[in-house]
Amino acid sequence: MSVLVNNNSKVVVQGFTGSEGTFHASQMIAYGTQVVGGVTPGKGGQTHLDRPVFNTVQEAVTKAKANVSLIFVPPAFAADAIMEAAEAGIGVIVCITEGIPTEDMVKVKEYLRDKDCRLVGPNCPGVITPGEAKVGIMPGFIHSRGRVGIVSRSGTLTYEAVDQLTKAGLGQTTALGIGGDPIIGTTTRDAVELFMNDPETEGIVMIGEIGGNMEADAAYWIKEHGNKPVVGFIAGATAPKGRTMGHAGAIIGGKSDTAEAKKEILTECGVHVVDSPADIGHKMAELLK
Amino acid sequence: MNLHEYQGKSILKGYGVAVPMSIVATSPDEAVEAAKEIQKKTGSDKWAVKAQIHAGGRGKGGGVKIAKSLDEVRQYADDIIGMMLVTPQTKAEGKLVRRILIEQNIYYPGPEKVEEYYMSILLNRDEGKNMVMYSPRGGMDIEAVAEETPEEIFTELIDPKVGLTGFQARRIAFNLGLSGVAFKEMLRFSTALYNAYVGADSSLFEINPVIKAADGKVFAADAKVVIDDNALFRHKDIAALRDFDEEDPFEVEAGRFDLNFVKLDGNVGCMVNGAGLAMATMDMIKMSGGDPANFLDVGGTADAKRVEEAFRIILKDPNVKAILVNIFGGIVRCDRVAQGIVDAYNNIGDINIPIIVRLQGTNAEEAKVLIDESGLKVHSAIALQEAAELVNSVL
Repeated sequence: MSVLVNNNSKVVVQGFTGSEGTFHASQMIAYGTQVVGGVTPGKGGQTHLDRPVFNTVQEAVTKAKANVSLIFVPPAFAADAIMEAAEAGIGVIVCITEGIPTEDMVKVKEYLRDKDCRLVGPNCPGVITPGEAKVGIMPGFIHSRGRVGIVSRSGTLTYEAVDQLTKAGLGQTTALGIGGDPIIGTTTRDAVELFMNDPETEGIVMIGEIGGNMEADAAYWIKEHGNKPVVGFIAGATAPKGRTMGHAGAIIGGKSDTAEAKKEILTECGVHVVDSPADIGHKMAELLK
Repeated sequence: MNLHEYQGKSILKGYGVAVPMSIVATSPDEAVEAAKEIQKKTGSDKWAVKAQIHAGGRGKGGGVKIAKSLDEVRQYADDIIGMMLVTPQTKAEGKLVRRILIEQNIYYPGPEKVEEYYMSILLNRDEGKNMVMYSPRGGMDIEAVAEETPEEIFTELIDPKVGLTGFQARRIAFNLGLSGVAFKEMLRFSTALYNAYVGADSSLFEINPVIKAADGKVFAADAKVVIDDNALFRHKDIAALRDFDEEDPFEVEAGRFDLNFVKLDGNVGCMVNGAGLAMATMDMIKMSGGDPANFLDVGGTADAKRVEEAFRIILKDPNVKAILVNIFGGIVRCDRVAQGIVDAYNNIGDINIPIIVRLQGTNAEEAKVLIDESGLKVHSAIALQEAAELVNSVL
């Protein structure tokens, strides 16, 4: 088992023929992911990377049985792309695009409320189940199939954790980058729930940062329902108040946004908090002994 | 993007939000002319003289005065223009005031008592919806109100499908204790304010205070307006309002090279790929006994050109005693980044502070060899912990 993506994921790439879409789709195909085609409106009927190009996501669902979508569409059109995927009945929508206006995401969030789908991102590296499917832009080779689920708001920090777990011989069930924007689909708590319910996952690494209440929300859920060890790291202890630190969502507004406040709540709720990102791997190894 | 009060108010006015009449001035002469013009149009015989900088708490530092005569307008304008205004939100040296706003006095006499309220609009991240937050206790720090009398802060969560509804607007007016003319004024005010928030793709509106004047009219007496950077592509007019003078010159320069940079006050510079890893690297610098001098995300393509520009910007800060480069090579190969660092180092020439380079991921071993054999005074590491220890040892 694993979460969200696996051998049976049939991926359609929205923004398939653009440079990002082309590059990452080839990497995914090389990794062994089932990429069944792509969508570029106006280029339907063509072939790209030996895969069919469709005009609409609906066609990709009907003709190629796509059930997962990966979005590389530019920020001005990305919100529309997410809604198109949801309307077409795609179950897992992964949006890589960085820089979508918040107001657009407010509308998307509302649009998705009554749809039967799960959005991951935007502004995220994607989802990977090592050995089965890579749906995103992460470097595949650092991953190894194993026992730990990872959820993170950051890309390279996720790779750091993945690398440490691989070197510690623990590996990953699934690594899930949920994104650094103020409004995202799958939250930290959602991801933790998925991992808690996944029989293959034995431990969870939860990487958060300043801004918002997602980590606290997840921690309270863990306190109530947790049955596996969770290692937590919160980036941004040295970040100044009121400044956006790269990710649009990484900003300290009030006291509850700070790394310190979050670490305190996580610790209270039984999460094993490490102060240095270099300790994520060891800590998990210790807990899973 | 932060805006000045006068810019924010002009956006609000465009959406029908009532603001006092005001004119920007950059000299005492202009200030007096502005005051005469305002008197002619509104009959106002008093004026607010307000420093325009990107920081709150201006009144506390002497940046806001009420002038009771044209002579006082001139005097206050002369005092405020060119001053280094220190407020609780500026650095200790303050901020240079380049312009002021001359504004109609809205505390004029009339049948009712003048009241000050608080109103802000912002994103509720937990709900994924905008919300209007308001309080009858205006004119003071809302965080203080939240601590002292949380029951006096109200919120209206907005359904994005319909916007601020009529009943919500009425609830706002009732909760603020309004009736008569002022009640109707507040309905118009809150509705227009919400429309402006969404229309301008804002990420924060804070109107503190909202004034109910003695004749029941409702005005935005101040306006803190922050626009969503990601939406500026569809608001060229607002994007043009950006005031580079209000920003850190290092950050402005970094922005020109698409480097995501935030200036801090520490002694160890850093250059990292990815925002989360960059924040984590700053935290590690602190744990190693240093203080981060900056946040810098060089992004996915850490090539020689970008690395060189990043080095140059970091090196301009005389407080920087060491630089830590932390790159996790995924799609970017570490040996390419290492070559970029060597090239950048050679191009810049004289670098007199220790540089620690930690490259992990694709081709990390090759990268370490490349750095070690370059003959440069660069310490290399692969493990994160090792890099932290190197920072500690060079300080």
